[in-house]
Amino acid sequence: MSKLDYKKDYPLAEQRPELIQTPTGKTLEEINLENLLLDEVRIEDCRISQQTLEYQAQIAESAGSPQIAMNLRRAGELTRFDDEKILKIYSALRPFRSTKEDLLGIAEELEREGAVLNGAYVREAAAVYEKRKKLKGDKGSSL
Amino acid sequence: MNTKRREKLNSRPINRDSFFEEWPEGGLVAMKSPYDPLPSVRVENGLIVEMDGKSLEDFDSLELFIARYGIRTDRVTEAMKKPSREIAHMIVDINVSREEVLAITTAITPAKMLEVVNCLNPVEMMMGQMKMRVRKTPANQAHVTNVLDNPALLAADAAEAALRGFSEIETTCAVSRYAPFNAMAILVGGLSARPGVLTQCAMEESLEVKMGMRGLTSYAETVSLYGTEEAMDDGDDTVWSKAFLASAYASRGMKMRCTSGTGAEVLLGHSKNKSMLYLEILCVFLAKASGIQGVQNGSISCIGITTSVPKGFLAIAAENLTVSLLDLEVASGNDQTFTHSDIRRTAKLLMQMLPGTDFVTSGYSAVPNFDDVFAGSNTDCDDYDDFYIIQRDMQVDGGIEPIREDAAIAARNKGARACQAAFAELGLPAITDEEVEAATYAYSNEEMPKRNMSADLTAAHDFMAKGTTAADIALALHRGGFPDVAENIMNMMKQRVSGDCLQVSAILDDQMGVISGLNNRNNYQGPGTGYRLREERWEKLKTKDSALVPHLILEETGRDQYRTMRKGLSEGEYAEPGEADIVIGVSPAFANKSTGDEISKNHLRILEEIREAVLEEGLAVEVVKMYHTSDLTEIASLSARFSISGIGIGIQSNGRICINNKNKEVDEGIEAFYNMPLTAYSKYRKIGKQTADFVRGRPLEKCEESKPAGLTNYQLQMLRLSGEERQFINKNKKPCRLVFE
Repeated sequence: MSKLDYKKDYPLAEQRPELIQTPTGKTLEEINLENLLLDEVRIEDCRISQQTLEYQAQIAESAGSPQIAMNLRRAGELTRFDDEKILKIYSALRPFRSTKEDLLGIAEELEREGAVLNGAYVREAAAVYEKRKKLKGDKGSSL
Repeated sequence: MNTKRREKLNSRPINRDSFFEEWPEGGLVAMKSPYDPLPSVRVENGLIVEMDGKSLEDFDSLELFIARYGIRTDRVTEAMKKPSREIAHMIVDINVSREEVLAITTAITPAKMLEVVNCLNPVEMMMGQMKMRVRKTPANQAHVTNVLDNPALLAADAAEAALRGFSEIETTCAVSRYAPFNAMAILVGGLSARPGVLTQCAMEESLEVKMGMRGLTSYAETVSLYGTEEAMDDGDDTVWSKAFLASAYASRGMKMRCTSGTGAEVLLGHSKNKSMLYLEILCVFLAKASGIQGVQNGSISCIGITTSVPKGFLAIAAENLTVSLLDLEVASGNDQTFTHSDIRRTAKLLMQMLPGTDFVTSGYSAVPNFDDVFAGSNTDCDDYDDFYIIQRDMQVDGGIEPIREDAAIAARNKGARACQAAFAELGLPAITDEEVEAATYAYSNEEMPKRNMSADLTAAHDFMAKGTTAADIALALHRGGFPDVAENIMNMMKQRVSGDCLQVSAILDDQMGVISGLNNRNNYQGPGTGYRLREERWEKLKTKDSALVPHLILEETGRDQYRTMRKGLSEGEYAEPGEADIVIGVSPAFANKSTGDEISKNHLRILEEIREAVLEEGLAVEVVKMYHTSDLTEIASLSARFSISGIGIGIQSNGRICINNKNKEVDEGIEAFYNMPLTAYSKYRKIGKQTADFVRGRPLEKCEESKPAGLTNYQLQMLRLSGEERQFINKNKKPCRLVFE
């Protein structure tokens, strides 16, 4: 399939609804109140999938925003992790929370689970934190 | 000793504001500091190795991030060669498209951006903002909070805000443990009034993400960025942690923007001698580099700092513009009180309202400012009518619309009841009928019955611990008798699945259709292009319930009754001196059938009112029609000559009245002049009585209802009638008595 273009494929829900599937395999149409009442659809089904985020990334790219596209691709990888795990990674990336090894450990774990963009991203953070003294124990030390 | 004038000036609100001299060493300078870097760039193998006078090895983490992700390296060398003034010219030149400007501005460095926006004066800044904002249709955002965190009131206020057309509603808490309830109250309240309203609850990052992931909120905004590493440290984040957060929100299909603003670094003591605007430009570049779709800026909570120094407003307009120049959504501040002066706060608002931004305010207080837990906004619910009239006066769309009072009451009531039902079905501490009733009609928290706060907070804690989600709320609303609200909540969840709101500057219309920078691209390129306020939207925005309808002006009392009692007038003999105690002289077009039936009827009624009032005082009165002149003082003067008392009343078809005395010269004989084009009948009656009193020797009072012409609402009608008056002049016809049939 050729890459999506904002001019003809956006909004996805209106222009290309057939492309959208939740990570649990539901179609966009199936996400409705009736199905919620019937327990055919649950909150876990109301999630965006990596594939949909990839489509949105292509759309952003076509509109001249490579940065938004990159963010959406990183986000796509994060769809496979639960809320708690994501919050834990976020905490680890905050200043003075982690050692370099902690961060590299997270990067490896991410890469192991297929989140390669995020893995590289955390590696990059580890290198910058080391240089700019944002690692655990660096607080109060001068550059 | 001061002059009285100085003393008066000192007492004016503006002089309660604080002002500072510029102090570059402390970062207390708005737009340009001698310590700001000069633009430069060097690219090697597709990587920026020098930026704004610094080389790669000296970059701090912010500069590294910007150099790596925030600038189009494929175009940067070329773009940086263009003189800043030339880029500034492109920004205001209507012959240069937005896309052509973006090709340059997304490929320059922060210091270059600083130079570019420093070329612009306020009007150019606004011109640039109008052309460069991402979404063609402007929108607005509301704050809905109260100092008691009362959920029924939050829901009612959110419902009213949604009805007024705010695309986004933001809440926060007085007591932070209330957060999930506040989030739920505005979610339910907002969506009870209009599908597609986006809501958020500004809290500490982790809690905010958690609420977002569960669907209690539908977007996030308070991800703060700062322009120096030290300030970022103080904010307990790095650029990497913030950008990760951006991906986290997107991974749940949630819209988010970040927040920054001039003055923050100064306030934190970490400005490193740089101008406030330079540091803010760094923040906007960081947002761009992170792939965040939008920025809330415009000084925000630090506006007191920026506006205390010269060029404060200009710097704020520049930071908003910078967001648009990087092709991002801008929610342009105006969300904090900063001045005691109404004139000054309006001037500030206009700089964003007139050009239009993606969100004209990033928090119009939909509650009284004392209930606004974000420390009050530049405009609050007391200012709605002012805001609407500015929209009406200037044909400008500030993103909200006037509503009818009955609709407001219905929406507030439904919002509060829906919230009551959700609380009941979810087993939360009851919202009583008394609370619903109070919330429906309340001005502020002061009218609300007090809740048991500790019971609420325990329940809020359990609510989060249990992991309650938007789906649970939708089911509860369905059980509780609000299936439409349940449906709206479900549709917000569905919206996340498609991710369409993740694109730049997305809002939802009331059919759940996405309106964003991609399908509603701003295409302003001069007069007649871009967003134009017209048709249905203009009809809505110009509505003013208290406005008088010109052709119905005199219908305000007893219209139907008047129809049946109406008498006609017919022309009698030529008028002679001594007609009656008082003579009313009317102009050529007065009660002439070609002035239109409505007005002609109004004229008859005016005459009757005056005539009856004089008769009631026991004086005789006759009406004389003048044909040869439409000059009001001349008509009044002639009428006086036809009267026994020497007092005449002249009246023109536009309703203006003059009382004249025959014993004085025409111009000096004017006793009173009522510039009251077609106002209420009662006022004419009063004039009749006053004239009779005057004949009896009492002084004429100035009619207090009479207004100078410039203040009337009916100037157009007057102009038309005055124009017609001249057409009916017949210089050869003598004045005739008019006889009531």
